[in-house]
Amino acid sequence: MKKFDVITSISYPKKGAMGKTGSWRVFRPIFDKAKCVKCLRCWIFCPESSIKRGKDDSISIDYTYCKGCGICAEECKVKAITMKREEQKQ
Amino acid sequence: MALKDMTSEECILPGSAACPGCPATMALRTVFKALGKKTIMSVPACCTSVIESLYPNTSFDVPVMNIAFEAAAAGASGIRAALDKQGKEDINVIAWAGDGGTYDIGIQALSGALERGTNFIYFCYNNQIYSNTGIQRSGATPYAAWTTTTVKGKTEFRKDMGDIIRAHHIPYCAQACVSYPEDLYNKVKKAKGIKGPKYIEILAPCPPGWRFSMNRTVEMGRLAIETGAWALYECENDVMTFNGKSKLILEQKIERKPLEEWIKYQGRFSHLFKPKKDEQRIKTIEEHTDQMWERYRQCYHK
Amino acid sequence: MQSKSNYDETGGTKTMTIMIDTGNHIAAKAAVMAKPDVVAAYPITPQTTLVEGIADYVATGEFKGEYICVESEHSAMSACIGSSAAGSRTFTGTSSHGLLLMHEMLHWAALARLPIVMCNINRVIGPGWNIWADENDAISQRDTGWIQFFCSSNQEIFDTVIQSFKLAEHTKVSLPVMVNYNAFILSHTSMPAQIPEQKMVDDYLGKYKPSWKLDVNNPITFGNIIGSEGYYKVRKAMDTAHHNAKALIPQIAKEWKQQSGFYHGDLLEKYKCDGADYILLAMGALGAESKVTIDTMQKKGFNIGLARVRTFRPFPQNEIQQLANQANLIVLDRNISLGSGGALFTEVKAALYGKSDADVYGVIVGLGGKDVTFQDIELICKKAIEGKLRQPLWYGVEE
Repeated sequence: MKKFDVITSISYPKKGAMGKTGSWRVFRPIFDKAKCVKCLRCWIFCPESSIKRGKDDSISIDYTYCKGCGICAEECKVKAITMKREEQKQ
Repeated sequence: MALKDMTSEECILPGSAACPGCPATMALRTVFKALGKKTIMSVPACCTSVIESLYPNTSFDVPVMNIAFEAAAAGASGIRAALDKQGKEDINVIAWAGDGGTYDIGIQALSGALERGTNFIYFCYNNQIYSNTGIQRSGATPYAAWTTTTVKGKTEFRKDMGDIIRAHHIPYCAQACVSYPEDLYNKVKKAKGIKGPKYIEILAPCPPGWRFSMNRTVEMGRLAIETGAWALYECENDVMTFNGKSKLILEQKIERKPLEEWIKYQGRFSHLFKPKKDEQRIKTIEEHTDQMWERYRQCYHK
Repeated sequence: MQSKSNYDETGGTKTMTIMIDTGNHIAAKAAVMAKPDVVAAYPITPQTTLVEGIADYVATGEFKGEYICVESEHSAMSACIGSSAAGSRTFTGTSSHGLLLMHEMLHWAALARLPIVMCNINRVIGPGWNIWADENDAISQRDTGWIQFFCSSNQEIFDTVIQSFKLAEHTKVSLPVMVNYNAFILSHTSMPAQIPEQKMVDDYLGKYKPSWKLDVNNPITFGNIIGSEGYYKVRKAMDTAHHNAKALIPQIAKEWKQQSGFYHGDLLEKYKCDGADYILLAMGALGAESKVTIDTMQKKGFNIGLARVRTFRPFPQNEIQQLANQANLIVLDRNISLGSGGALFTEVKAALYGKSDADVYGVIVGLGGKDVTFQDIELICKKAIEGKLRQPLWYGVEE
């Protein structure tokens, strides 16, 4: 990444540009790997790029950034993902 | 194109400023799987310019030029000209604008860029409102929809932007929807391979704007297609082809579901159901939708 | 017609070609010789023959860049911004309402620190429609952050367009530059200008090195949301760039003089100011007309000189203060900031505050394209010198 000297409104790519957006969650997706058929629907629909795709098309959820929208659970045809309320922080 | 054959490369990084359930980032992810990283974006004022997040950071891992609201297509024309002169014709240039920057304030620059034959893809992600400024009505807002500036429901019908684009007789234009990623991917891939101006409009159901729960974004897009509120089609050199369920609806092989099946889940239409069902306005919506499909049938070349 | 002239101080020979043509055509020639990659423009009277001139060079092949016929001036500047941001030298031209229509994007270009060069043909703002000379168009854009020159001859237009690219692209500046010249008086009037060889311009300008650019190998987002602290620094950096430009403008003008032999002043052009008790200040074509007035008045025994303000932004405060150390000042403005006064007049007074007790007179002239002759200017100067100049004065309307 090359940074420019001129002072103008230039921004550089950063993962978590708005911080750890996982803190936005009210509900969190719970993934049951046993049910997964690797259809990749959750992966393509995730608005947050927070469903990580393995080389074998297995998936895992990136809880650092997942905002808990629940689309993955809604669109999973085998109900491998369910939404559970985050525990209240003290 | 099957999902498993799409690249795992991400151009939109996680941790952006997008709302949970946002169709814009959803659409962008699919679009970039077809386009790849050798792409420069011209983005006018819209949700996306906020989703990029705050200086000095950005969630976008491709070069983005933010530009004034009405100027996306003109900015893209300039980028394209510069790259061509530098011998970089292989770099994709795209404009990525909302319906406000496309149907209304940006329509002049768009029309000019299309008429000039600018080699780029103009994407309109359409959530049928001026979403970024807080859900005001746009030229894309459908009849009877609540917005902050059409509190009792819009009294006019939305523009058919596809009709306007087709009148420019560009090599390729298409309507897509976030809920059908394979279809969107194919359209982007096709557009990428064509030289000249291309236009792809993506229906983008917006949870806060349409007032539905954030996990139903994809479902709202699906229902829009199944009820015929939106059509999936392509138009290549003035020849229209419909896709998926839209093709079946066009050819009258299936009935489109009643519009109620789509609008009843959206808070922006709740005044049509409570305190009393507004049969007249719902009927008007149905009739207008029928007229749209009749018009499509007349343009359809088998 | 070719003429060999000996301009190189080391004793070499430069070949200059004499071109007798309108300000617009000479500006077009300069723009094409600077070899921008992209020109994006929209026609408006009286800029039209500038963009048509460039179109002719497209047809002959002398202009090898991309020429975009946009559908409005707002799109012209937007396309220029896209082009410049993508790393290409970019040029355009406009006038009056066209300049006004691109107002939002003038701010954008300057805040983006993009070294776009633009000719603006100073024309009356309507309503009613009026296509003649008036400087309110440029003046109304004074706070956009663009550097602004005002030219007084076709030769100066050529030389200033070339110098503008050099200035704009300098790493310590990196700002867009507006080259102003009056409607019809210059834009459509033929004068001779000496045009250097392409190699001189190539060597003088060098290859364009952008201070930032959109690059797929180094992705950045330009122009996303920025907080107060960040924005404040952006503004400060722009101001610093303007101050840097003030220092560089004389240097760039001097370098061009060494190359081509031509010099039109830098921030100011002083004409016969030695020993003057009164110094006349004017911009643009009025400056050229004023030289005739100075010659006439000096012959009559008046101790008056001219300081033509060539650079309006950044404003040459120090140079104005030096003039006021020597003489009283008479300021002509072919523009008006309503309820306040002429722009040059108000800027001069601001520069002198607390620094001088010289008398400063301001006169509004020539709005709406009303003709201003050297005799008119002489009348104004005599009245000032005799202490009979009513203030404020709208010359030609009130007397």
